[in-house]
Amino acid sequence: MKVKEILETMDYGAAPESPQPALEWIAKHQADFGLFINGDLVKPKDRESIGSKNPATNEFLAAICQAEQADVDEAVNAARSAQPGWEKLGGGGRARFLYALARLVQKHSRLFAVLESLDNGKPIRESRDLDVPLVARHFYFHAGAAQLMEKEMPDRAATGVAAQVIPWNFPLLMLAWKIAPALAMGNTVVIKPAEYTSLTALLFAEICIEAGLPRGVLNIVTGDGRVGEKIVVHPDVDKVAFTGSTEVGRKIRRATAGQGKELTLELGGKSPYLVFDDADLDSAVEGLVDAIWFNQGQVCCAGSRLFVQEGVAEVFHRKLKARMDRLRVGNPMDKSIDLGAIVDPVQLNSIRESVEAGLKEGGVAHVSSCKMPESGCFYPPTFIADVDPACRLMQEEIFGPVLVGTTFRTPDEAVSLANNTRYGLASSIWTENVNLALDLAPKIICGVAWINSTNQFDASAGFGGRRESGFGREGGWEGLRAYTRPIDRSTDPVKKITARTGNATPVGNEIDRTPKLFIGGRQMRPDSGYSFPIFSSTGQQLALVGRGNRKDVRNAVEAANSARSWGKSTAHLRAQILYYLAENLSVRSNEFADRIVSMTGVDKPSAACEVELSIDRLFTYAAWADKYDGSIHGTPIRGVALAMNEPVGVVGIICPDEFPLLGLISSIAPALAMGNSVVVIPSEPYPLSATDLYQVFETSDLPSGIVNLITAKHDEVIEALAGHMEVDAVWYFGSSGHSERIETASATNLKRTWVNHGFARNWSDSNQGEGKEFLSQSVEVKNIWIPYGE
Amino acid sequence: MSSKVDIPEITRNPGTDLDLDWALSAQANTSAIERRCRGLPGRRSIKKANQAAWLLRAVTCIDLTTLAGDDTENRVRRLCGKSRFPVRNDLLEALGFEPGSITTGAVCVYHEMVPTAAKALAGTTIPVAAVSTGFPAGLSPYTLRLAEIGESVRAGAKEIDIVISRRHVLTQNWQALYDEMKCFRLACGDAHVKAILATGELGTLRNVARASLVCMMAGADFIKTSTGKEGINATLPVSLTMIRQIRDYFDRTGYHVGYKPAGGISKAKQALTYLSLMKEELGNRWLNPDLFRFGASSLLGDIERQLEHFVTGHYSAAHRHAIG
Repeated sequence: MKVKEILETMDYGAAPESPQPALEWIAKHQADFGLFINGDLVKPKDRESIGSKNPATNEFLAAICQAEQADVDEAVNAARSAQPGWEKLGGGGRARFLYALARLVQKHSRLFAVLESLDNGKPIRESRDLDVPLVARHFYFHAGAAQLMEKEMPDRAATGVAAQVIPWNFPLLMLAWKIAPALAMGNTVVIKPAEYTSLTALLFAEICIEAGLPRGVLNIVTGDGRVGEKIVVHPDVDKVAFTGSTEVGRKIRRATAGQGKELTLELGGKSPYLVFDDADLDSAVEGLVDAIWFNQGQVCCAGSRLFVQEGVAEVFHRKLKARMDRLRVGNPMDKSIDLGAIVDPVQLNSIRESVEAGLKEGGVAHVSSCKMPESGCFYPPTFIADVDPACRLMQEEIFGPVLVGTTFRTPDEAVSLANNTRYGLASSIWTENVNLALDLAPKIICGVAWINSTNQFDASAGFGGRRESGFGREGGWEGLRAYTRPIDRSTDPVKKITARTGNATPVGNEIDRTPKLFIGGRQMRPDSGYSFPIFSSTGQQLALVGRGNRKDVRNAVEAANSARSWGKSTAHLRAQILYYLAENLSVRSNEFADRIVSMTGVDKPSAACEVELSIDRLFTYAAWADKYDGSIHGTPIRGVALAMNEPVGVVGIICPDEFPLLGLISSIAPALAMGNSVVVIPSEPYPLSATDLYQVFETSDLPSGIVNLITAKHDEVIEALAGHMEVDAVWYFGSSGHSERIETASATNLKRTWVNHGFARNWSDSNQGEGKEFLSQSVEVKNIWIPYGE
Repeated sequence: MSSKVDIPEITRNPGTDLDLDWALSAQANTSAIERRCRGLPGRRSIKKANQAAWLLRAVTCIDLTTLAGDDTENRVRRLCGKSRFPVRNDLLEALGFEPGSITTGAVCVYHEMVPTAAKALAGTTIPVAAVSTGFPAGLSPYTLRLAEIGESVRAGAKEIDIVISRRHVLTQNWQALYDEMKCFRLACGDAHVKAILATGELGTLRNVARASLVCMMAGADFIKTSTGKEGINATLPVSLTMIRQIRDYFDRTGYHVGYKPAGGISKAKQALTYLSLMKEELGNRWLNPDLFRFGASSLLGDIERQLEHFVTGHYSAAHRHAIG
């Protein structure tokens, strides 16, 4: 009779995937797991353990080992010992192993998928159709990257030992995103999976053994955040990569400050989802299912802020609610459900509390009428309309299946709303108007923009954010930079240059010259009203320069921020202005050379050479201005994924103390060429080449505000600059050892940093003093996915 | 005992005025629609008893069709026999149904075969559907196309599958399309009219969406993808586009319009995907033969084999089931 009843109800029924193979795998390990260190699965004695649970049922799955310092040391040592051999194996040799890992992931694909869904609670459909195939794809892509490394990246080498900490929302996929590029580029790895979801990483350890991966190349230590902290601060680690919450990211930034480690962070988000009145509304509704109800909304790039154009808002919201009511929430192992379980009761409570507290500030909630499981860790799909930007629901990441929204009137207003956030990870733009879509994608502050689509991922396209969503890219050619360093890096310490001293008598009887600050295109007196003397190499006072302070920094940043439209000017215009700067500098080269001689005491030919090199460098970046192209990635869609180079924004630059002119020009020219506006703190002992440049700037059609110069005692202004939240990146080339302070201060808004960690750079050498390293620090790569087809 | 599910009868769509603001605002983003269609089969897996029930439902929604130049009266009679007994009685009994309690939704033939089919199906509730209006190209004289409808209705057809003038869509002459459809509907009288859009010849999904709306405004009872003679017939993206318009039309007017994908659906698994698409986008009411039909000739054979597999646990063979 059953068939007959179903014929009446037309219910889907259950379509369960058996958990048995994964449970057997767990049982094979007595449900008690150790660590993967130096090629062996080891079980250190007397360690705490953490229970990993199935969030759909709250059943215990297995015990996970809480690693201790000794284990972390052992893992890092193993990685360190293995690194030279792994790098020397060569790209082709490493490619073989990455290829084997890709194949093995495919061969064990269902076991990985089932285990992932059991442990994490995500629908088996997603782990089977999305997570695991993307994992395999990532290893294939990076096998290729390894193969091509020597030929295509001749100026880059492995960074060394990478410490990686990954989250629980895509346990295996994040593992692949982290280790595939690291291994491809010749690094070795110590990785810590999240304590809720370590099982697939441990299964992955087994396939590394199966693939014959050399010992120590990959090490997996498990445990909670304390273990993560131990690996990221470990002194023998060269590179730290973290995916997780913004708060933890900030802690890592501070904890690793000054340690000389490369750092990339992929953090939270509150990504906008814009629907214009000419969009295919039904498809945009369906897109939201992928945006906010994919993986129960526990996705850093989830489209969690919905903005709908007013004219279609009512009909769109009606369609959305109807669609929500047809979603199916339930057992993750059922192939026919849309949403599975929330990863852990802790996260479930966090979602509940966010929504309850948020609703007190406003908003109208629609909760899906779908049938909810009676037990387990589940949260219903929820849409909260009429949420104002002032409400915390609009500002704070919920990390659950909760969408919030409001309306907008015009494209400009849509951009304002979209950018009214601390985050900048992704965006989704729905319109049938190609002009509108391609105009908006660059205007929204984000690392990834999806046109008429959402949550598209591929190993060939970079992924990563801006603002407090972190920095660095994963995937594509751009992602490989994060695991390499320039071959021509100097390992000599930067020579400390102290200001000259002398007597306070000015030279000769010339008319007094007053080197002020240069802010917003005008020469300004320092806020402090103080100056400090600059003496020549022979001890005579050359000038009194303004002593900039934090208020001058504030004013300069404000001017630089107002000049952001420089980034939208044409590359041709920027090139012309840089050439013109070179031309005007050239006219006064003798005077600039004399100034260098008087300040530094070098001989005239050396000083003349520094001026010549400075002019040459301006030519170089004028040349690059319209040639540092983006690219189109080979993603598996019918469409294009444009990797566009965008200016970083406002860049704070603390110049080298040596090479008073060349150091300054070498650091500001690439930033200007790529469309950034800069706040520059020139050489502290030799600032007069900078102040002499004001007149050159003023005669070179430089738009006001794109270059702002503050002469200062570095010590007194770097924190104001590095901590300023309107500044998007800060570079430090000074000789006073401020790298740590800058990295620490940068944690305020998680701006990008590029500091010398006390190492020298030979500014007169074109390998170290100019080139793509500078250009890549001057841009953010935005991947714009544009599916097409009519 | 009847297999017919007790459902409230729908009010026939009387059509509306031509609302071009509405029709022209319809958008269809091909890539997004394709993505939804690619994802759907993986999102809804229908197994075991549920699958058997769904396949039986699919059988009741089949317009068992022969539209060949070599059709003869005997051929059509045989097809009608199959439509009355589409599934072997022993299988039906094993599934808990009375012998003969499941029939197909209709039999679909050319005009010349209508009397034969009507006679063969006399005494059953299975309607005869006739393709009409110069099927498949729809380029015979307008008066003859109109007259053809009347002839078929008089010959016993209860459903008329008309073809629209594709050129009206391709030249964006929506008024002409509306007028034509409205006249066809009038000519049908009490017979239900299915509007075949020939989507494979309309160029874009946007055109499909707009033509769907205009035909519904002009009073179509069903909108149907294809004649089966175009290069590309029913596809999931075209179906999703059309049924979303049906949903909008229902939301705005309160009238139910049916959907018939035709051509290219020959596997049980595809039928399940189409049914789940209907359920997801339009709801259970649209899973009944008064609002959903498959235009198919070989689909039934695959469904029969799947049903036998469910009953016996063994994979079946085509020769174990009667041909149509």
